[in-house]
Amino acid sequence: MEKQRYERPVIIKLESNMPNKFGLRTEYKPKTHIDNVSVKDLINEYGSPLFVISEKTIRSTYKNAKKAFTTRYPKVQFAWSYKTNYLSAVCNVFHQEGSWAEVVSGFEYDKAIKNGVDGKKIIFNGPDKTEKDLTKAIENDSLIHIDHLDELYTIIELSEKLNKKPKVAIRVNMDTGIYPMWDRFGFNYENGQAWDALNKIMRSKKLDLVGLHTHIGTFMLSPQAYGTAAYKLAELAIGIQKKYDHEIKYIDMGGGFASKNTLKGAYLPGVDTSPSFDDFSEAITSALINSDFKPDKLPLLILETGRALIDDAGFLLGTVISNKRLSDGKRTTIIDVGVNILFTSFWYDHKVTPAQPFTQYTEDTVLYGPLCMNIDVIRENASLPLLNKGDNIVIHQVGAYNMTQWMQFITLRPKVVMIDMDGKTHIIRENESIDSITSFEKVPEYLKKFEL
Amino acid sequence: MIKIKSNIAISDSGFIFNPANGESFSANPIGIEFFNFIKQGKPQEDIFENMLEKYNTDKNTLEKDYSDFVQTLNQFQLLDQDAEKEA
Ligand SMILES: Cc1ncc(COP(=O)(O)O)c(C=O)c1O
Repeated sequence: MEKQRYERPVIIKLESNMPNKFGLRTEYKPKTHIDNVSVKDLINEYGSPLFVISEKTIRSTYKNAKKAFTTRYPKVQFAWSYKTNYLSAVCNVFHQEGSWAEVVSGFEYDKAIKNGVDGKKIIFNGPDKTEKDLTKAIENDSLIHIDHLDELYTIIELSEKLNKKPKVAIRVNMDTGIYPMWDRFGFNYENGQAWDALNKIMRSKKLDLVGLHTHIGTFMLSPQAYGTAAYKLAELAIGIQKKYDHEIKYIDMGGGFASKNTLKGAYLPGVDTSPSFDDFSEAITSALINSDFKPDKLPLLILETGRALIDDAGFLLGTVISNKRLSDGKRTTIIDVGVNILFTSFWYDHKVTPAQPFTQYTEDTVLYGPLCMNIDVIRENASLPLLNKGDNIVIHQVGAYNMTQWMQFITLRPKVVMIDMDGKTHIIRENESIDSITSFEKVPEYLKKFEL
Repeated sequence: MIKIKSNIAISDSGFIFNPANGESFSANPIGIEFFNFIKQGKPQEDIFENMLEKYNTDKNTLEKDYSDFVQTLNQFQLLDQDAEKEA
C-alpha cells in the first residue's frame, strides 16, 4: 500500500474574533506550475532559491496597459524604466513590444545602447548625469530630462562645445494632493521654478525643448493625482505655446502606478484595491483631452511605468529549511529566501504559496529568511498551510526592483530563468559563485600568508 | 509520562474543548492521531512505528514534530502537570 502524504501535526486555538491580524487566508491552491512548467522541475534543474520570469505575463500585461491608453488617446509611447528590472532579456521583451528606454544613470544609458536601443529613443532622467554622460546623450540625440539648474547650464555649455542643439525636457514636481510630495527632483510648478527653467531654456536658443516630464511618486493608489499632474503639465505646455509660439511634442507622466502587490499592513489584498490601467489612463487622458490643446495638436503621451508592468511576471521559488517556535510558542518557518534577494519584502506582504498539495489546515507563521540577521523577515505574519522541511514555496509578484536592488550579502545571488512563450526555459542571469565574487577583490601580497 | 488532562476530549473532526476554562482548539488529522495516541498513553516509540507504517515520513521528522506538538499542548494547558511531576 502506498503511504499517505505526511503533514506535521497542529493544534490551533480557536479565537472568536476572526479574522485576526494574520489576515484572511487567500492561498487555496498550491502553485505547482508557472506557465505549465513544473516548479519542482525548475528547482531540480536550476537550484533553490530561483527567480523565474514569465515572458507571457510580461507581454500580456504590457498589451493590457497599452490598450488602456491607446483606446483613449491618439499618441502613446511607453519607455521601459530600466531601474525597475534591467536584466537585458527583460528589457528586450519590452523593446520588442515597442517600448523605448528610460534610464537614470550612465550605466543604465550604456546598457540600453548595448541592448540595441536607438539613442533617439532613450529618455535620460535623474539628478546625476556626468558631462561624459551628457555628451554621449547629446551626440545620440537622446531625450535629456533636466533635473536642476546646474545641469541646465552644463547642457548649454556642452551645446556650444559640441555645436549641437540638445533635445531636452524638464522634470516638473508639483502638488497633486499626495503627500509627502516628491519635490526633490526637478523644478517646482507652484512656486514658479518650472517657468523659470523653461524661460532660461527658451531664451538660450541653444536647446530644443521637446517635452515636459513628471514622476509624482511610486506605488500610487490615486488615479486622480495623475489627472491633476497631467492638467498642470498641459497648462505649462499651452503657456509655452502662447508665450514662445513653441510646440511641446510630448508630455511624459513618469511611472508610479501601483502594482497588484499588498502593501505591508494593508487589510485588503492589492489585487482588490490597486487601480487598473484603465483607471489611471482615464484620469490622465481625460485631463489632456479636456485641456486647451487643439484636438489635432495633442502631444505624444509618454509613460515610464515600471512596477505595474513587471511585478506579476516575476516569481521567486524557495525551499523550507526548518520549522521552529519562538519562546512564546509562535510558529516560525525558515526558508532559503532572504531579504538580500527579496528587497521588496520591506514594502509588501508578498503572497506566498506552497508548491505542493496541502490540506485546509493553516498555522499563523512568521517567515524568516536564512540570513543571520534580525531584519531577515519575509513575512511578519502569514496564515500558511503546514509546510515540511524540504517543501517548496512560490513567492509571487517579485518582478519589480528585486533583480536590481538585490545585494550579495551572506549568501550568493541565485539564477534568473525566463520561461518563453513556448514554455521553454532560458537562464537569463547566472548565479554568483565564490569565484565570481572574489574575482573583484585584490589581496595585497603581504596579506596572503598567515599562521593560526 | 506525558498525559492529557482526563476531562479533555477530541471529536472526530479534531475539535477540542477544555471545560475548565472554556477554551477550544482545532487539530488537523495528524494532530488528531497524535492527540489520541498520547491520550491512550501509547509510548513514543509505538507512536512513531505506527506513523511510519502509514505515512511517508521519517523518524527524525516525527521526533521533532512530536516534541513540538507536546510543547504546544503544554502551552495550551491541556497536559496534566501532576502526571508529569509523578513521572
Ligand atoms: C523617473 C522615473 N520614472 C519611472 C519610474 C518607475 O516607477 P514605477 O516602478 O513606480 O512605475 C521611476 C521610479 O522611481 C522613476 O524615478
